[in-house]
Amino acid sequence: MSSEKPFIDVRHAAKSFGALEVLKDINLQVHKGQIVAIIGPSGSGKSTLLRAINELDPLSGGEIWLEDMQINKKLPPRQYEKHINKVRQDIGMVFQHFNLFPHLTVRHNITLGPTMLKGMSKGEADKLAEEQLAHVGLSERIDYYPSQLSGGQKQRVAIARALAMKPKVMLFDEATSALDPELVEEVNLVMKRLAEEHMTMIIVTHEMAFAESVCDRVLFMDEGVVVEEGPPEVIFKNPVNERTQNFLRKHLNG
Amino acid sequence: MGLDFSVVPGFLDSILIGALWTIAITLSSAAISFFGGIFFAVISLYGHWVIRLPFRAFAFLFMGTPLLLQLFLIYFGLIQIGIDLPAFVAGIIGLGLHFAVYNSDIIKAGILAVDKGQHEGARTIGLSKGQTLRKIIVPQAVRNVVPPIGNNMIALLKDSALVSVIGVTELTLSAQLAISQTYRAFEFYVAVAVCYYIINLCLEYSLHLIERRIQISR
Repeated sequence: MSSEKPFIDVRHAAKSFGALEVLKDINLQVHKGQIVAIIGPSGSGKSTLLRAINELDPLSGGEIWLEDMQINKKLPPRQYEKHINKVRQDIGMVFQHFNLFPHLTVRHNITLGPTMLKGMSKGEADKLAEEQLAHVGLSERIDYYPSQLSGGQKQRVAIARALAMKPKVMLFDEATSALDPELVEEVNLVMKRLAEEHMTMIIVTHEMAFAESVCDRVLFMDEGVVVEEGPPEVIFKNPVNERTQNFLRKHLNG
Repeated sequence: MGLDFSVVPGFLDSILIGALWTIAITLSSAAISFFGGIFFAVISLYGHWVIRLPFRAFAFLFMGTPLLLQLFLIYFGLIQIGIDLPAFVAGIIGLGLHFAVYNSDIIKAGILAVDKGQHEGARTIGLSKGQTLRKIIVPQAVRNVVPPIGNNMIALLKDSALVSVIGVTELTLSAQLAISQTYRAFEFYVAVAVCYYIINLCLEYSLHLIERRIQISR
């Protein structure tokens, strides 16, 4: 691992819901331009970790840093709200269920953030929306409502919406898990393109083949701990840990 | 004395003016009840308890007492503490607030029915709580509850007849004035009932159009 300062630095992350510990002393460093996949059985804490990074599920212990800024700073409520809204503009997130705004057209889903938060004019934001949609191959759907799109198209719009905020890092929380199998590929292609453009990404996924082909590093999580981590060719071909082996055996044999 | 509808056309202009008043009062108080309903709903869901509790008390006052009494209080009562409102203004305020309380419960349910993912989607972009509420949650909540809100609007139109008792010459009072001159109660009440019915049909049709329009954006 390089000695330069990590872009995203998760230190001793802990999280519990009541007596249930879902994250136990997790450490994760992601460098600029790196793509990290987090795999593991459901309930392993991988989504919770991802959601902790932008404070959707705040940690109960530990620190998360984005460059020189601590994301989970303890602040009085008003200041915290200001701080976190600013931080979140730098962290794009894509959800399993898209979370597009159904009452807005594709165009307005994308322009909402830039116009409201970055003071962009309507004309500039429209241009940005067109660019971002072209990027995910959906230019002709700009004036459609989400209800008129397929699942794969919705997810591509959701990615375009996140990218329109020009984030420093993108988080993907099982972005293809809710899609019909034949729609998974179009979303994977968009993510692969982002990888080629050196977007820093953390990807929680069940798609082992995709993780293997795209990621620089893979984390296998189980029961709230990182069981094993390393480059994909090691984790997928020669995992050391027995739990990793068992998980992959089940997953790769379908 | 048999029925004689031939007296009605002679009063057609005053009935039509009454109908216009009814429409004006209904639309204005519908607007108050709609936006007031959103306001009350947001306060009762997200407001600090210092604001929330008085609002709940206020809401219960409007739900737990007769609308007629509220109209009397606003028109005849407030004058004693120096607030002298024209009758139609008092009527609009009374009707508007009364139905705002009913609408707020419906809109509250609409807000709670918006998927949690919508909050998360909006917050991850960086929208504040207020922006999320204004731009994402409330617009969807309102779309969720157009049919029951529409029912309230229809009830509001019918209850607007109550403002006749504080002297607003809307449809019902215009009928009574005609009756006091002709003693033809049945004819004029029927004529006015037909007017209410027609206005309500228009209202229902508009609601239907709205519902169809928002179908795609839900």
